[in-house]
Amino acid sequence: MKKPDIIFQLSVRSVRLNLLRSVLAALGIVIGVVAIASIGMISANMTLSVTEELSATANILVVTADSGGGGGEPGPGSGGSSSDDDEDYLTSDQFDDIRKAAGSSFVYYLYSESDRIETGDSSGHATIYAMEDEAMTEILTLTEGSFPSTTSQVVIGPDLVERYGIEVGSKVSIGDEDDDEGETTVRVTGILEERGMSMDINSDSAIITTEKFFTGRYDGEDEYSQVNVVVDDIDEIDTVKESIEDSLNKKENEVKVEDSSRMLDSISSTLGTITSFALAIAGISLLVAAVSIFNVMMMSVTERIREIGILRSIGTQKNEILRMFVYEAAIIGVVGAGIGAILSLIIGYVVVFGMVGTTEYFFAWDSIINVPEGMIIGAVICVVSGVYPAWRASKLDPIDALRAE
Amino acid sequence: MDSTPVIALVDVRKIYPLLSGDVHALDGVSLRIEKGEFVAIMGPSGSGKSTLMNQIGCLDVPTSGTVRIEGQDIGLLSDFDLTALRRDSIGYIFQKFNLIPLLTAYENVEYPLVLKDRTYDTSGRVQALLDSVGIDAALAAHRPAELSGGQQQRVAVARALVNEPAILLCDEPTGNLDSKTSTQIMEMLARLNREGRTVIMVTHDESTAKYADRTIRIQDGRIA
Repeated sequence: MKKPDIIFQLSVRSVRLNLLRSVLAALGIVIGVVAIASIGMISANMTLSVTEELSATANILVVTADSGGGGGEPGPGSGGSSSDDDEDYLTSDQFDDIRKAAGSSFVYYLYSESDRIETGDSSGHATIYAMEDEAMTEILTLTEGSFPSTTSQVVIGPDLVERYGIEVGSKVSIGDEDDDEGETTVRVTGILEERGMSMDINSDSAIITTEKFFTGRYDGEDEYSQVNVVVDDIDEIDTVKESIEDSLNKKENEVKVEDSSRMLDSISSTLGTITSFALAIAGISLLVAAVSIFNVMMMSVTERIREIGILRSIGTQKNEILRMFVYEAAIIGVVGAGIGAILSLIIGYVVVFGMVGTTEYFFAWDSIINVPEGMIIGAVICVVSGVYPAWRASKLDPIDALRAE
Repeated sequence: MDSTPVIALVDVRKIYPLLSGDVHALDGVSLRIEKGEFVAIMGPSGSGKSTLMNQIGCLDVPTSGTVRIEGQDIGLLSDFDLTALRRDSIGYIFQKFNLIPLLTAYENVEYPLVLKDRTYDTSGRVQALLDSVGIDAALAAHRPAELSGGQQQRVAVARALVNEPAILLCDEPTGNLDSKTSTQIMEMLARLNREGRTVIMVTHDESTAKYADRTIRIQDGRIA
């Protein structure tokens, strides 16, 4: 049986002799590793779950009016003195152009507004959408009831159902009595299936009305908020996108065409920023751990000066003394990081479930990789913190060290 | 090479620069110690005998002059080689025993051997050495703190011998022991000397110095 390196044995025994001190120092590393790994996992799980939801709508292009290039251009037929200077809409001419450019893709326009709603005792805000009847049946799915057939009928997203306790047959008031548009009461005829987050239409917390109701209430007929293009073949999405841009943005940038990758990028970058910030805070906990390891190692060196003198005088090399203390820091680091890894699996699982709502992606590579990553960072920080004290120990003059009490 | 002395010092000076003026701890010391000698170095405290001891023990190098251990000029050696020389050619026996508290008695004796050979001894040599100084296997399993002073010094003697050093260097080996135990340790050193080992002993005790063949007296950094 091969016994371990005698220098390593000395390190192990030193850790064991000062067990409480070593455990307390390791605790810092445990906390640091758990913080880093858990935050990394939350971020990865959020990204994965958002990506999954968005990929369901990866074949959709959203076309909106391009308001980027200076607001001074008087559009055809748009009254210069309209009540709000909101010119961010697409016209029916533009819609026809898009439809032509999009080939065989299913193209539909969408009206949208945000308004106050009231049902029973509670009130709040919701998005009001309207679209052609044909688009409604094509795009949306009902879990219950039927699509609206008159202007006083609407269908409603599942989030609103949950929030306000609405059911088929409930009455909902849209708008405020004191506003220009006044208050209109409609009846819910259907409840939509949950669609999750998507870029084309967020129907989960919206009310879908008929086109006639919408334009009757908010005016702006043929002034579409956006036009959605459902591309048949996902591989064609770039071709269709270019074709629409070529057709409409010939002279000036009239429209903006976005696919879900843009949205994904922007969500990822937002998540990335939040994650970096959280990781920086977790990093502080590792910094504190590094300071405590440094302190413990300096104490260990100081306490053992005489022993170092003995070891040196009977022929222990400088590099062996250095190794002895680096090993000591490494043992604390590896044990701390190991415990941290186990705890971050448990704590991470709970936190991911709590914050992301699903642990579906917990064991995915992008998520689980955070555990070994956190472990390595923790262990490396520990070793690095031990290097200076170890170097100090190795530099001690054997005669002076022997004289120490 | 029988003509090469184990230890040869030529005009060795050691100067410690201090703000209040340089301290000449050794002021031109020359001496030769042949293989198999038992030499006692005596002198009052502050005489420079510890400094001399550190030179012979390769823990320090002279400011000027040469110190040769088995013909090697230690002033020319790197710290690495000096350390290896301490490990392989010098066996230390200290006044305060200086065993490693983290290791058992057995492991203390084994330690220099493992440092040198980079492998653990399986020949039973370590325990044989311990037996020869009167430490049985049961006692050898204890940590130094659990042993008496006499037992610790026996373990230290075994440790000093394990790498078959050319020189056994003893710094007040009986300074922390009662008279009965002191006698036992001195008898042991005398026996090792009879077996052919070179023993150098720093002491201020005339009764232990009488075991030596020759006594070198140091006064104010010079041989008196």
